[in-house]
Amino acid sequence: MSVRLLPSGPDAILVECGSPAEVLALHGALAIEPPDGLVELVPAARTLLVSLDHRVLPLETAASWVRRAAARGPGDADASTGTASLTDPPARGIRPEAERSVVLNVRYDGEDLADTARILGLAPAELVARHLAAEWRVAFIGFAPGFAYLVSDDWPYRVPRLDAPRTRVPAGSLALADGYTGAYPRESPGGWRLIGRTDAVLWDERADPPARLVPGARVRFREAGPTGPGARS
Amino acid sequence: MTALRVVAAGPSCLIEDLGRPGLARLGVGRSGAADRGALALANRLIGNPAGAAGLEVLLGGFRAVAEADAWVAVTGARGTILVDGLEAPPAAAVRVPAGAELELRPAEHGLRYLVGVRGGIAVPEVLGSRSRDTLAGLGPAPVAAGDRLPIGAEPEAPVALLDREAAFAPSDGPVVLELVPGPRADWFTDEARARLFDAEWRTSPAADRVGTRLDGPPLARLVAGELASEATVPGSMQVSTSGQPTILGPDRPVTGGYPVVAIVAPASLDRVAQLRPGQPVRFRHAR
Repeated sequence: MSVRLLPSGPDAILVECGSPAEVLALHGALAIEPPDGLVELVPAARTLLVSLDHRVLPLETAASWVRRAAARGPGDADASTGTASLTDPPARGIRPEAERSVVLNVRYDGEDLADTARILGLAPAELVARHLAAEWRVAFIGFAPGFAYLVSDDWPYRVPRLDAPRTRVPAGSLALADGYTGAYPRESPGGWRLIGRTDAVLWDERADPPARLVPGARVRFREAGPTGPGARS
Repeated sequence: MTALRVVAAGPSCLIEDLGRPGLARLGVGRSGAADRGALALANRLIGNPAGAAGLEVLLGGFRAVAEADAWVAVTGARGTILVDGLEAPPAAAVRVPAGAELELRPAEHGLRYLVGVRGGIAVPEVLGSRSRDTLAGLGPAPVAAGDRLPIGAEPEAPVALLDREAAFAPSDGPVVLELVPGPRADWFTDEARARLFDAEWRTSPAADRVGTRLDGPPLARLVAGELASEATVPGSMQVSTSGQPTILGPDRPVTGGYPVVAIVAPASLDRVAQLRPGQPVRFRHAR
């Protein structure tokens, strides 16, 4: 894959990739052999921040390490599953935990389900079926602690955010925005369109890791409880 | 365990240490003291490890009574420090006898006092740190009048009685901050990048631990459109759609969607925490 290395101060390099899948692949490739002085790898939509201590790991050394990994990488999101063979995990913040897979039970009774389906030209049941059938992957976490941005090759839809964000979205709300699915780990304001709700604990600051959904994790949704319009609360 | 009993907390009093690095990929920022050097200095003066939790007091108005004899050191902002009504020196180990009251009068220079307490503020850690992250709502709740702040066990290192630190008060005049290039400098016109260094900026009243906004000429973009959110480093200067720069602080969101034109060099970062509303700021290239 081809990457651009962007300056980000004396202790970081921002690596720009071509797609979220490439970010995941590069994250996985870099986590296999983290050099001393690497502090953290922070994935986002199109970039991976390589955070380091330049007194231990000079920027130039880190830059050539990143370039080598990018050149080696097949540009395939599945490359990151290679990390599953890690037996001696490096310090926290580096291992992408790509081997994690999570199933979340969801009630598709969100306030915006009908509107969102209409925007996409689908029947609500069709939207739900497509969402359930898709295999999701956590691309990155942003917005709030533990708020995962999930992507899927099986999900072709792009959903506009609400014109006016809600001031309170309950914890566990499952929501869509742009090409992503997200789940609110805690109650917060939010502008994503709510399609359902999960009872799963998504954030627990006493757990390690505190986030249920971590970058690289594979996620499936399973319909919980009674289905159909009669079950809407 | 002995404690400080808070009588008045002022406009904002937060427990902060050096933060929780290494969790950004889970959406948790580093947080920690806004003026890290001031916290480390306060801790050194009273024999604490550099990362012991202290108090970050915005502007002053803080009063607390020591339950037992305590050692404190006040750094960062400058203003009158009183122990039972008697003036005490800044940036020095100060003894607060049992039952005496420590008071921080309104800051005259700078914005944030850092109060180190020998033994550290011993509230429970959250994700490896005692820092309050105001944006994420993580860590110990903001300190309020009536709180009892537990003090940890005495560290092994002695109080450095002969350590008279020549710490200067934060500047009131134009502050010069050093910048290094940001990842999205190429999103801005040459004129905008020159303007950043030529103009005199003013610290906006819109300043908190999330970010410090600067008032000045708008910085015009070369690249229109939206940036996909990306991780930022401490001191990142992001520019809003209207062209206004904001220096991101310790409680910034872990990822941001505005382009980062430049980054405040680590050596200048603590000074941002002490900028007062309206204070002039200039930038120069880091050497």
